[in-house]
Formats: sequence, C-alpha cells, structure tokens
Amino acid sequence: MYAVLTGPVFYLALAVCLIGMTVRFYLYFRGLSWQLDRVAYKAHPEAGFKGAVRSIYKWLIPFGTYGWRTQPIMTIAFFSFHIGAVAVPLFLAGHNVVLEQKLGFSFPTMGSGVADFLSWAAIAGLLFLVLRRLTLPEVRILTDKKDWGILLLTFLPFATGLAARYQVGDYGFWLTSHILTGELLLFAIPFTKLSHIFLFFASRAQLGMDFGIKRGGMKGTKMAW
Amino acid sequence: MPEGTLCNKQPIDTAEGITTLLADKSGKKYYEEMKHLEVDTDLLWKTIQNTCKSRIRTWLEICAHCGMCADSCFLYQVDGRKPTQVPAYKIQSTLGEIIKRKGKVDADFMIHCMEVAWSQCTCCNRCGMYCPHGIDTGIMFGYLRGLLYQQGFVPWELKIGAGMHRVYRAQMDVTDEDFVDTFEWMVEEYEEDFPGITVEVDKEDADIMYTVNAREVKHYPEDLAEAAILFHIAGENWTVPSKGWEQTSLSMFAGDWAACKMQVESVYAAMERLRPKRMVGTECGHAHRATVIEGPYWAGRKDGLPPVESIHYVEWLAEALRLGKLKIDPEKRIKQKVTLQDSCNYVRNQGLKNAAREIMSYIVEPGYFVEMAPNKEHNYCCGGGGGFNGIGLYRAQRNQALQKKRDQILDTGAKLVVAPCHNCWDAIRDLEEEYEIGIEWSFLKPLVVQMLDIPEHLKPKEDDL
Ligand code: HEM
Ligand code: SF4
Ligand code: SF4
Ligand code: SF4
Repeated sequence: MYAVLTGPVFYLALAVCLIGMTVRFYLYFRGLSWQLDRVAYKAHPEAGFKGAVRSIYKWLIPFGTYGWRTQPIMTIAFFSFHIGAVAVPLFLAGHNVVLEQKLGFSFPTMGSGVADFLSWAAIAGLLFLVLRRLTLPEVRILTDKKDWGILLLTFLPFATGLAARYQVGDYGFWLTSHILTGELLLFAIPFTKLSHIFLFFASRAQLGMDFGIKRGGMKGTKMAW
Repeated sequence: MPEGTLCNKQPIDTAEGITTLLADKSGKKYYEEMKHLEVDTDLLWKTIQNTCKSRIRTWLEICAHCGMCADSCFLYQVDGRKPTQVPAYKIQSTLGEIIKRKGKVDADFMIHCMEVAWSQCTCCNRCGMYCPHGIDTGIMFGYLRGLLYQQGFVPWELKIGAGMHRVYRAQMDVTDEDFVDTFEWMVEEYEEDFPGITVEVDKEDADIMYTVNAREVKHYPEDLAEAAILFHIAGENWTVPSKGWEQTSLSMFAGDWAACKMQVESVYAAMERLRPKRMVGTECGHAHRATVIEGPYWAGRKDGLPPVESIHYVEWLAEALRLGKLKIDPEKRIKQKVTLQDSCNYVRNQGLKNAAREIMSYIVEPGYFVEMAPNKEHNYCCGGGGGFNGIGLYRAQRNQALQKKRDQILDTGAKLVVAPCHNCWDAIRDLEEEYEIGIEWSFLKPLVVQMLDIPEHLKPKEDDL
C-alpha cells in the first residue's frame, strides 16, 4: 500500500492535478471573448495587465481590500486557513525530502515550529469556516453537500498529518492515511470547486482587466478594491 | 408552440405593436398569457452553449458559497437580510439552475427567474467588488435578462421600452422631428435672456456633439434649454444631431441586445456623419453606460471605444469650471447642507468619481457638502436602477429598495440631493413621495444656470429690453 501510494499513485495524482489545471487555465483564457464579456482584452493589453495584477495582489493581502476589511473575522479565518493550506504542503521539510527524492528538486523549507503553528492555525481557520457555514443563514442557504465534501477533503490531510507528526497511536497508519488523503485532494483539484486554487487567479485577473480597461482604468481611476 | 398575442418571443418592431401592448393596461393580459408561454428549451440551451463561456461558467463553478457578498447587496439589507436575497443564491438558483438543467425549464420557472432578475437585482455591480473571487453577479444578471428576453419572459414595460428603441431609436415615442423642434423652440424661449444663443443642428466638425435622454424632450424640455445656455455661456462650438441624438437604452435593461445595437449604432452614425471632436452626453447614468461603456461592444468595435471620445456631462462641466469657461458667482453658491448621489453606471462602472466632486467644490459654499457613506465606487444603488423604477409589477419591491438611499440621505442631514443621473433623480423623487423625508433633489444644470457669473458681453443690453 505504502509503496503504491508513494510510487505510481503519487506521480499520477501530481500529473492529474498539474496537467488538469494547465488545461483548465488554458481553456479559461481561450474562452474569454472580448465581445461576449464586453471587455477589449486584446486592444489594451497594458491597461488590462495592470488591472489584473492589482486585483489579484490586493486580494491576497489580509485586509488589503474593502471586502476584507468589512468582514474582519472572516478575513482572519480565511487567511489562517489559507496560509497554512498553501505554505505547509509546499514548504514542509518532510514534503521536500520526498520531492527531492521523487522529482529531484525541492523548495526552501520552514522550521518545524513554524509548520506546527501554521498547521494548527489552518485547522482553527477551517473549523471556523465550518462553524460559520453551520450558523450564518446567508451562508447556510448557499451550502450544498459538495461543500461539506470539499471541507472534509481539505481537513483530512491536515488532521492525519498532525496525528502522524505527534505520533498519536499507530504512526504508520496515520502516515499512509495522510498520503492517501493528500493524493485524493490532488486528484480532486481540477474537477471540483478546489480548482479555485488556480482559477482564483484567472477569475480575479478577468475582473481586474474589466476594471482596468473598461470600468475606469483607462480613465485613470484605479478601482479601490 | 403556444405563444400569446401580446406575450410572445417576438420583439416589437412596429408603432402599432407598441400601441397594442400599451393598450393592455399594466400588462394584465400580457402577464396572464405569460403563464402559458412555452419555453423553447432547445433554443435556450443552444444560446447558452454559444454565449455562456468561461467567464460566467467559472464564476458559477468556483463560487465558494462563502456568503461574503451578502452584505454588499442593498436589496439583501433592506429585505430583512433574507437569505434568498444573497447575490450568490439569487444567481445560482436562477441562471445556475437553468444551466444545470441544460435549459429544460418551464414557464413557471422562467417567471420566477424574471422576478429575481428584475426585482431582486438592479445590476448595480456592487457585490462584484466584495467577492474574493471577483464574481460579478450583476453582470450575470444582465446575461440572464438576455436569455429571458429571448424567450419572452420580460416585464411588460421593458418589452415596450425595447420596442420603442426598435421603432423610434428612442426610449419613448419621440421622433427626430420632435427632438429638433423641441430643442429649437426651447432655445428660442431664452433668446432674450441670452442674446446670441442658438442650437445648430447637424453642424459638421463641431467641438462637441450633444446627446440627450428622450425624457428630456418629452417631459423636461427645460433641461435642453439649460444645456444650451451652459454651452453658450462657455463659448463652446457645439451641435446636436437630427438623428442619433438619444443616448439611453431601455433595451439594455430589457436584455434585448439586438435593439441595443440598433440604438447605439444610430448615435455612432451621427458621430461619423458630423465628425465632432467629442461627444458630450446629458446627466444620465445608464445612457452613458449604454452609449459609451457597453455600446462599443454591441456595435462590434474591437477597441471597446466609441468612434469619437465621449464624455459624461459631469466631465464636461467639471472641465468648463476648471478652465474658467464657466464662472460661478460666489454669492450664489449653495449655502445649505447638500449631498451627492454617485450613479453606479458611471462611477462604479467607469470610475468617474472625481468629476462631480470637483463640480461640487465650485458650486457649494465650503463646509456645506456632506458625503454619503459609503460613497464613490462603494455607493449603494439609488434603489431604482436596472429598469426597476419603471416596472409596475414590482412597485412594492422597488419602494422597499428605496429605503437604503433614504437612510443614507437622512444620515447626511442634507436637505438637498444632487443627482446627475435621470434614474437616480427619479428614484429620489419617488422616495420623497413615498417616505416624505423633506428633501429636494436636482440635476446639476439648473443649479449651475442659476449661479453663473455671466460676462458683460453675453448679458442682454439694457436698451434691448
Ligand atoms: C493560492 C491559493 C489559493 C487561493 C488564492 C484561494 C482562494 C480562496 C478564496 C478566495 C476562497 C473563498 C473564500 C472562503 O470561502 O474562505 C477560498 C475558499 C476555500 N479554499 Fe481556497 N484558495 C487557495 C488555495 C487553497 C488550497 C490549497 C486549499 C485546500 C487545500 C483551499 C481550500 C479552500 C476551501 C475548502 C474553501 C472553502 C471554504 C468554505 O467552505 O467556506 N484553498 N479559497
Ligand atoms: S462572495 Fe463570491 S464566492 Fe462567496 S458566495 Fe458570494 S459570489 Fe460566491
Ligand atoms: S448587482 Fe447589485 S442589486 Fe444585483 S445582486 Fe449585486 S449588489 Fe445586489
Ligand atoms: S439608477 Fe443610478 S444609482 Fe441606481 S443603478 Fe442606476 S446609476 Fe445606479
């Protein structure tokens, strides 16, 4: 089991995720239409580029936009979850040992104290998102079964990873579960709402181009996101 | 395929068609027939496949269902924060559902969609600024309106309105002759007060071609005279076209894209015929949106720009004051608390937030201008946008929608609201009528005309009087 998961399935999961998302990214931009979207993307590349970068960058900063500032608690929960969700998988020392072995390259790594902190923060953030989903009527009405599935799928790699890290009970079991759920997540990315991990940049870039080109950008007014 | 005699999928292309539909008071029979109007599900699905591309599909798919857009929508706020008024819910349960069912929906569902698209969204695009994924629900509702229009599920007034544009190239039955006659006649009325004032129709190569809202011709001709006075005093070389003078587009509210194209092309044709340096449009929000911001795309102009530089009235007025072409008599400035309505259509949707404020700095005694909160691109819709003002069927919902603007105005403590947008102006008039909060409201032109410092040589000579 362990050998299969760290062998062929590992490569497959990574390939499905990366190739899948490359295709989706390509299809997204190919599917943009200046006339249907009513944004002259090609005619004004510079204004479009500036708008796109600005719209992405502003929203990646905690409290960087009006939207984030009007909902501070949500903002804290979102960033505590997402910083962990992005940074821990990529920069955890353990993960990079595997990367080096399997693919022959690795990212810089973070200390285990930082990794612990970010992981716990991520779990806390995620639990808050769950609570919010359960209690706020305006979020409940939007929630469907898939949303719960995605939340579970996101939660599991963290939970199993931490269980293995603290050696709760059977280390081997937790490690195998961690690898399995992590790979499931990779498989799911191109086919579910999790595609937002990449498509967030596409969607934000599009609206940024819209504002950068058509809705004021070329009149010299930057949108106060 | 059952289609009503009044309510059907055919756009109105004749004056008789308009008269017939108008004769059906409040659309009684029209809405009755709608209940039995068959949905052409194949056409619906084919249209979606051809026109619903990656932008909207991705929006619908990656929506995190996080509800961060809820509070940004003023209709959610005024409707007791009903979860069904959350922007993401409104669009997922209508457009999202139609797509999920591959267009296989019935008349009841389409009527429900119509209600949501025209009474639960004014296409003010505010929510788009508050969604972390950049999902603009207002744009999607605009798209949904197009699908509904194509199938005949559109509020009665807007079916008529779109028909007006098809028949008259104007939002009401105002002909080209009516326009020219009214403008000339209104200007003549002021010849004594402003010696030398004229309106030259179809003058080629002028600096400015002026375009209007047909309502001014029909209901507020004074507005035409005021525009002429201000151009005259400012010494502008200006003209109006005898054809292609109407800037508005009820067809945009209706989702009748073919009519939008016809309408805006009539204005562009005038630009090409008269070759003005610039076009200036009147104080209207959606008119500017239709002709200047969206219009180029309907007309198939790849650069997304009208044939000549086109600006909103507030831009021209701010410039004229800045350059000293118009001078304000400081004695006559506004000396009471006054606030400003930012029109979504050119503030949020074209970033023109500074022009009107610059004007206020000239016409209001320092210290008397109070901002609404929130303001500029974060401002709330007046409550009557996207056609809402004009739809009798949804009058109760519209009146509720006005509460947000009412409260915003009350919070400023101002008794005068400057509204450089016809739709906003109407909504604010209606909110005073409905809630009687004791305010007055005004366009910029009448205010500025009254406080002009007119140079000697433009004043009437004593012995002429
Ligand atoms: C750069 C990468 C990413 C960006 C820009 C991003 C952005 C977003 C945004 C804007 C939202 C909507 C707001 C919210 O519901 O909190 C969201 C939700 C979510 N994201 Fe991400 N995300 C990224 C990476 C990830 C990753 C790596 C995961 C999982 C491992 C993930 C899982 C989720 C989940 C589960 C939700 C929904 C939360 C809920 O149900 O309320 N995201 N993301
Ligand atoms: S804020 Fe955006 S992502 Fe969240 S529910 Fe609203 S539309 Fe969906
Ligand atoms: S566009 Fe405006 S009215 Fe429509 S859902 Fe968004 S905020 Fe509400
Ligand atoms: S009427 Fe005015 S405030 Fe209302 S949507 Fe239109 S532009 Fe915005």
